[in-house]
Amino acid sequence: MPKTLLDKIWDTHVVHQEEGQPAILYVDLHLVHEVTSPQAFEGLRLAGRKLRRPDLTVGTVDHNVPTWERSRLSTDEISRKQIETMAQNARDFGLTFYDVDSTYQGIVHVIGPELGHTQPGRFIVCGDSHTATHGAFGALALPIGTTQVEHVLATQCLVQAKPKTMEVRVNGALPRGVTAKDLILGIIGQIGVDGGIGYVIEYTGEAVRSLSMEGRMTVCNMSIEAGARAGMVAPDETTFEYLRGRPFAPQGKDFDAAVERWRSLPTDPRATYDKVVEIDASSLVPYVTWGTNPGMLAPVTGRVPDLDSFADPSDRAAAERALAYMGLQPGTPMQEITLDRVFLGSCTNSRIEDLRAAAEAVRGRRVSPTVYAMVVPGSTQVKRQAEEEGLDRIFKEAGFDWREAGCSMCLGMNPDFLQPQERCASTSNRNFEGRQGPGGRTHLVSPIMAAAAAIAGHFVDIREWEH
Amino acid sequence: MQPFTVHTGIVAPLDRPNVDTDQICPAQFLKRIERTGFGQFLFHSWRFLSDGHPNPDFVLNFPPYQRATVLVAQRNFGCGSSREHAVWALQDYGFRAVIAPSFADIFQKNCFETGLVPVLLPQEHVDRIIADAQGAPGYSLTVDLERCEVSDDHGLRLPFVMHDDPLTHEYRRHCILNGLDEIALTLQHEDKIAAYERSVAH
Repeated sequence: MPKTLLDKIWDTHVVHQEEGQPAILYVDLHLVHEVTSPQAFEGLRLAGRKLRRPDLTVGTVDHNVPTWERSRLSTDEISRKQIETMAQNARDFGLTFYDVDSTYQGIVHVIGPELGHTQPGRFIVCGDSHTATHGAFGALALPIGTTQVEHVLATQCLVQAKPKTMEVRVNGALPRGVTAKDLILGIIGQIGVDGGIGYVIEYTGEAVRSLSMEGRMTVCNMSIEAGARAGMVAPDETTFEYLRGRPFAPQGKDFDAAVERWRSLPTDPRATYDKVVEIDASSLVPYVTWGTNPGMLAPVTGRVPDLDSFADPSDRAAAERALAYMGLQPGTPMQEITLDRVFLGSCTNSRIEDLRAAAEAVRGRRVSPTVYAMVVPGSTQVKRQAEEEGLDRIFKEAGFDWREAGCSMCLGMNPDFLQPQERCASTSNRNFEGRQGPGGRTHLVSPIMAAAAAIAGHFVDIREWEH
Repeated sequence: MQPFTVHTGIVAPLDRPNVDTDQICPAQFLKRIERTGFGQFLFHSWRFLSDGHPNPDFVLNFPPYQRATVLVAQRNFGCGSSREHAVWALQDYGFRAVIAPSFADIFQKNCFETGLVPVLLPQEHVDRIIADAQGAPGYSLTVDLERCEVSDDHGLRLPFVMHDDPLTHEYRRHCILNGLDEIALTLQHEDKIAAYERSVAH
């Protein structure tokens, strides 16, 4: 019987399944970070249980770490305690751990791929909703809660009913200036923030095949914002070339053998999905969100919507609340929205390709005097590579702050957050109320759109930006 | 996990779709390393004004609703981050069940792991319960997980599931009714886990 990519990974990871019960699946890679793991390790201690596979467990610190000066850690006692607890747990249980001063430190969803821990065909879990990112390699990557983190630590298994499959086929080519971020925002706009509930999405089609690994990661990353359990892209030559030579990828002949195995993963030609959605890439544009969830978006050339355009009363009420929170008037052109802050970073858009594209848009220009803009690389390695390429100079000369790696102002757990009513163009993934700080107003955009907005002081159509 | 069989409690209506986990438990309060004490942060930026005083317009600040133990909200409840802290905050505040037309996947799974009962009901019934709870503060519902039924004192009787997939619903119902420790359940299959490990090149 023809199988989908999901079927193939699922079938090779079932340890046990009883009639009428969910499957027990074996986890190849468990990524842990400081925020969702302390209670899980504590649970192990209380029950007298061991970490079953320290060799398949990789930890780092990302959510809480200060990105200005690492020494600022000492000023936030609760954050420091959480980070120290992570380090202590790593020592006590013997897992691989990249501490705040490690050259391999970074956002867990950036370092997994860049170090080669993330590989095609693997079943990967992490106590973080953006675990879907790793699906870009043709892995099944599921987000889990803390009790499940404890379950995986103790058993290396996850109990899981098989999700349904949805193919999102993106036909044609993305127009110039329309990025992977706009592609996923466009998909969310089409299927809705709950359109993916119960599904694993496999992204297919010419526009997806043409994306770099960084672009595929951006798309898979925000599957969760469409409500999906996970996102996936079948592995191909782009995937293999990205992984070749990565520190924890197979090396030499082992790599060639792995590639041969990985070639069998893509969905068989006659396999079927539970649902299929088709998207015309040529219809996509650069998007800007205007509301308080990622589905509340408009083309950059559009306007803040009129409340009468919402047929459903609960959607209308939600839009009305969102506009009040965001301090926006219906009918305002998106390009007239002025900004206080710009944040380039997060597990969605902080990889080297994102920084290169953004740097190209700001080269030789100056950040608007009314804007405070910052770049937070996704990992210490991304930061170093960007510095080797001189990207940091381009950003600094333009007036951007150049930071250390971490989650930073994506979720406002470290000292980087918005003040109430500050308005921010952000390359992150969530524009929920208070996400970037209590009262803060977030507009989600692509890296090049954020970069151009920092220069102009308001949103601009990147397709008309000369760079 | 604390077992759940039947619970009767006051219903708090939260007539909003897409309530995300950043509202349920904001990120700045995720730094604790314990599972307890998160109730004080529940819906923090909706419950409190920026000066720290209770927001008089928020439902949980009206006296009868302050003692609510059943929350009813609109579709896609619990979307966003995987933080189990959101479930811990609801439980620590006193909620035992949440009723909605749909739940975000991870939130729903976190409910299963911790015994907060996610009650799926069709939209029209959710709308009616919200209207009843708004119209008569103090309105109570009984959530019966043994019979999978929601009922009130006025003759309302509605069957419910916790998950659209019957297999998942039944398995999770069994676990929550009995307060089962899933780790212990999985470790009963230790021989099969070990056999799997031997069969693959880990």
